[in-house]
Amino acid sequence: MLILSLDTSAAASAGLVRNGVVLQRFASTDTRSHAEVLAPAVEQLLAAAAVRGTELDAIVVGVGPGPFTGLRAGIATARMLSFVWSVPLHGVMSLDAVALDAGHAGGEFAVATDARRKEVYWARYRTESPLPVLVDGPHVGPAEDVPDLPVYGRGAGLYAERLTGSAAATELTPDAAALALVAEHTLARGGTLRPTTPLYLRESDAKVPGPRKKALL
Amino acid sequence: MNRSEPLVLGIESSCDETGVGIVRGTTLLTNAVSSSMDEHVRFGGVIPEIASRAHLDAMVPTLQQALDEAGVQLADVDALAVTSGPGLSGALMVGVAAAKALAVATGKPLFAVNHLVAHVGVGLLDSGKLPENLGALLVSGGHTEILRVRNLASDVELLGSTIDDAAGEAYDKVARILGLGYPGGPAIDRIAAQGNPAAVRFPRGLSQPKYLGTAEQPGPHRYDWSFSGLKTAVARFVEDCEARGVEVPVADVAASFQEAVVDIITSKAVLACTENGITSLLLGGGVASNSRLRQLTRERCEAAGITLTIPPSSLCTDNGAMVAALAARIIMDGDEPSGIGFGTDSSMPVSTVHL
Ligand SMILES: [Zn+2]
Repeated sequence: MLILSLDTSAAASAGLVRNGVVLQRFASTDTRSHAEVLAPAVEQLLAAAAVRGTELDAIVVGVGPGPFTGLRAGIATARMLSFVWSVPLHGVMSLDAVALDAGHAGGEFAVATDARRKEVYWARYRTESPLPVLVDGPHVGPAEDVPDLPVYGRGAGLYAERLTGSAAATELTPDAAALALVAEHTLARGGTLRPTTPLYLRESDAKVPGPRKKALL
Repeated sequence: MNRSEPLVLGIESSCDETGVGIVRGTTLLTNAVSSSMDEHVRFGGVIPEIASRAHLDAMVPTLQQALDEAGVQLADVDALAVTSGPGLSGALMVGVAAAKALAVATGKPLFAVNHLVAHVGVGLLDSGKLPENLGALLVSGGHTEILRVRNLASDVELLGSTIDDAAGEAYDKVARILGLGYPGGPAIDRIAAQGNPAAVRFPRGLSQPKYLGTAEQPGPHRYDWSFSGLKTAVARFVEDCEARGVEVPVADVAASFQEAVVDIITSKAVLACTENGITSLLLGGGVASNSRLRQLTRERCEAAGITLTIPPSSLCTDNGAMVAALAARIIMDGDEPSGIGFGTDSSMPVSTVHL
């Protein structure tokens, strides 16, 4: 199975994975230039592996949670590629990538990424082979809300002192290649993936204006 | 690339319309638009995050619709184009990401173009040639500008613009004050027809001599507009009526407000034209469908010997066809594509026609 995967829930990343083997990967560290870097990265990835888009078996995209504008860049890209190439499209929750990369030894653990506004996106997992199983989440909230477990990911590092549990592997952010592996394992076992509906978790900040105040009365 | 009559697909997402248009040279083939306007009604104005979310979901269906309507296959397209600015950055980002993916997937060249200049680009459709000494007056919820266009593809100059609210924004705010709903432009235009435009003398922003100066020694805002003072004046008037326990003469206020807006827009636009040798003016933007703006612009242009062009309403509001039309012109002029490494620029100046 040949999968092109994208994730822009934190930094931008892209991966090309064939039968469990990562052929190519791209990762940026910048969290604010997704729309600039992602398309060139996809083009280079495919060219480097001499793969044509129409040869892909699936396109997988991280559906967040993540900061809105960046998250949409990946999903908009994935949807368009899938449309033009007529390749099946799947969504995967972005925290699943961190959960896989965490390589937790046994039992339950949590994953946290940066949600800005002094909050984290987090989810709780149970160790299983070959894939960790999502037990609870995703949620957005203060680091204090994350359960008292080992907490993996950049979100854990940012607020280590506010966690009830312990921070681990604080360099980890959602990586597209890991997402592709999650997707491949899931599909191989006959499981289903998500639609590409973004997991915003927060409403837009818009407020319905109240009635205009009368001057007197 | 076919440079004589290129088949161009344009994508627009700078505000609340997701547009995909297709042109062949200067011929319009289709103009598919999906608007999130209804989702903004209860907020009384465009909410950028809501617009951006809507763009994401509307993009592929709007593209599909455009291709179907035009009977065009992606393989036939010569080039792609997208608005990269100015506009709401989160909204622009969706169109740019989608357009770049389309470019990667099809291998077609991509042109990143300026939204404001694209409004002028529609003036090319079905005429083929831009008039000499061209200017453009753009009036919408997002902008109010007067431009001089020496060469659409390479030489556009901003002569004047609003220094605060866009005219369409002022309409929305005043409509809210008068309880007329959103969008404010059509609501005010409708009720103003029954009112007396001379009932209340509302201020014309930046019209004092210290701002205007003279043709020889122009003041700091000779061709600029300001609508925030006007909006405040309307609010004061309404509050005053309420304080006195008098019923607000809504139709008269709407008509008088509209007259103030249209009077100052047209007088400054015509001033800019006559002093800059502009003899042909194109009126564009969503507010170009306002009946009073059309009427007074026509009258004053006629009196000043300026030829006025007003494209059909569907091409005045934001759309993808205007993006495609501008890119087609850029291609016919021999310019090169933008690549896929560019970013969005929410305040892209009009002097940057394309990247
Ligand atoms: Zn516009």
